[in-house]
Amino acid sequence: MSYKIVASQCTGCSACEPECPNKAISEKDGIFLIDPKKCTECIGFFDEPQCVAVCPVDHTCIIDKSLPRYQK
Amino acid sequence: MEALKEPGQGVIARFSNLKGLTIPVAPHKGCGSSGGSGKSSCGSSAGSGDLPSEIWEKVKNHPCYSEEAHHHYARMHVAVAPACNIQCNYCNRKYDCANESRPGVVSERLTPEQAAKKVLAVASEIPQMTVLGIAGPGDPLANPDKTFQTFDFVFKAAPDIKLCLSTNGLALPDYVERIKDFKVDHVTITINMVDPEVGARIYPWVFFRHKRYTGKDAAKLLTERQLEGLEMLTQAGILCKVNSVMIPGINDDHLVEVNKAVKSRGAFLHNIMPLISSPEHGTVFGLSGQRGPSAQELKALQDKCEGEMNMMRHCRQCRADAVGLLGEDRGAEFTTERIESMEVEYDAAKRRSYRDSVEIEREVRKAAREQELLTLAGENSDRKILVAVATKGGGKVNEHFGHAKEFQIYELSVAGSKFVGHRRVDLYCQGGYGEEDALAGVIRAINDCVAVFVAKIGGCPKEELRKAGIEPVDQYAYGYIETATISYYRSYLERLKNGELVDIERGDAMIRQGAFIELSAPAGQAA
Repeated sequence: MSYKIVASQCTGCSACEPECPNKAISEKDGIFLIDPKKCTECIGFFDEPQCVAVCPVDHTCIIDKSLPRYQK
Repeated sequence: MEALKEPGQGVIARFSNLKGLTIPVAPHKGCGSSGGSGKSSCGSSAGSGDLPSEIWEKVKNHPCYSEEAHHHYARMHVAVAPACNIQCNYCNRKYDCANESRPGVVSERLTPEQAAKKVLAVASEIPQMTVLGIAGPGDPLANPDKTFQTFDFVFKAAPDIKLCLSTNGLALPDYVERIKDFKVDHVTITINMVDPEVGARIYPWVFFRHKRYTGKDAAKLLTERQLEGLEMLTQAGILCKVNSVMIPGINDDHLVEVNKAVKSRGAFLHNIMPLISSPEHGTVFGLSGQRGPSAQELKALQDKCEGEMNMMRHCRQCRADAVGLLGEDRGAEFTTERIESMEVEYDAAKRRSYRDSVEIEREVRKAAREQELLTLAGENSDRKILVAVATKGGGKVNEHFGHAKEFQIYELSVAGSKFVGHRRVDLYCQGGYGEEDALAGVIRAINDCVAVFVAKIGGCPKEELRKAGIEPVDQYAYGYIETATISYYRSYLERLKNGELVDIERGDAMIRQGAFIELSAPAGQAA
């Protein structure tokens, strides 16, 4: 799986972008997106997903259940 | 302008060139030590005579650090720092309204290049603009590259503009060296508590070194980093202002302790601000019904802390993209679209000549105040009264009652006239719309005052004010505020003595919450 950003919730504050260890987050028209091909759910890097931990709006960076779980 | 033409160059390269330019400054001790009762604080109306000269040089043109300066000089904020590293219960990052004035709110985010161009454009059109601050809408030090790149561009293109930043302090100890290198000589830290028990009720979480902390752990980390950063800055001779949000029932009594803690670490000025909390802001406090303080509760706390330290009372809690004199916001005149199309010519000589004329005006004002103060010699009364003043700057009674968006509050006593605060109001004059409600709102906002000084006022509001026990005073139109108010106070005492006036205690007043309603707002930006 990968994390995804709920666009309607995103404030575009950019706090998540530099925190991502995989450089999976980018901006498009003021809204931030996570590239599911790059996201590792921060497994192997940190105890908690960094985008979730720094996001100012709860339930905005969420797990994308349509994708299989990330395998190391 | 050269800096603007080459935004691609790394900041670090040019940054290293600046290191040799940093002028060492002796650590200051603040100026509260010499203050007795009746003496105005630095943050209120201290002038050149009350401060060590090196500190006066730093604050004299800074509207946020000198009450005296805020009548003459303007500031601007550029919203280049959207990310934040903590969450506060009085902040909601999803909320934005162009007519709303409070920290953390902004309409447009800028890149450092856009920000630098905006600064030069504003500086060219508003010669009184002396200070560039970065205050968010997140935390400047959670966006260090954007913040310092903006400073770099402005420092190169317009060295006469003072740079300052306002931070929650969590990342501060990591950036003190860079702050020094850019000659940022004013830093504001928002410190709402020094006790994690209290902090846990204000901050749900902080994000630090890749980890989210919650509860008391979060607050403990935050307070340690804030105080460490404050000590590092004051040791480096950088003037520090501490902002505190007064939250009744949570940290109101505790702020006296905060005041002592920051004073002992060398903070220059303490700015206790009322909580802004309204359900429509969608903040935790807004939704939980947490109230802000009344005007008299705020003043009582500020008075209590003043013996310990210099208090700032002229803060307008402005937006992270505010432009203009404190209390006015000309941000809407400088949209990115307009700035992109502007040919900016930065005229340093014109700006210098404006400042020179202001300095002359300030000397005249000061002399007039001292002359007037002499007339109180020999008066012996412990009566203190509050009066409201309608002004649009320059330290004069020069605004019409109906055009005032705020009133400045002065406390009058035999010691003189002292600025103690301001009250925002909805415009009374809105072209025959809602005037009755607006007038009632004005009266609630200045209900603790015995008089309101205006340049002009209509017959109808005059009558209503009198009924509410507030004397409308228009005889000092266009005069200096201090001169006018001292003269009024003298006649007030005389009228008390000869029985013309009956001395009645005034009640409390309300601090206005929520968005401004202004009919002249540009289309599409209405609240």
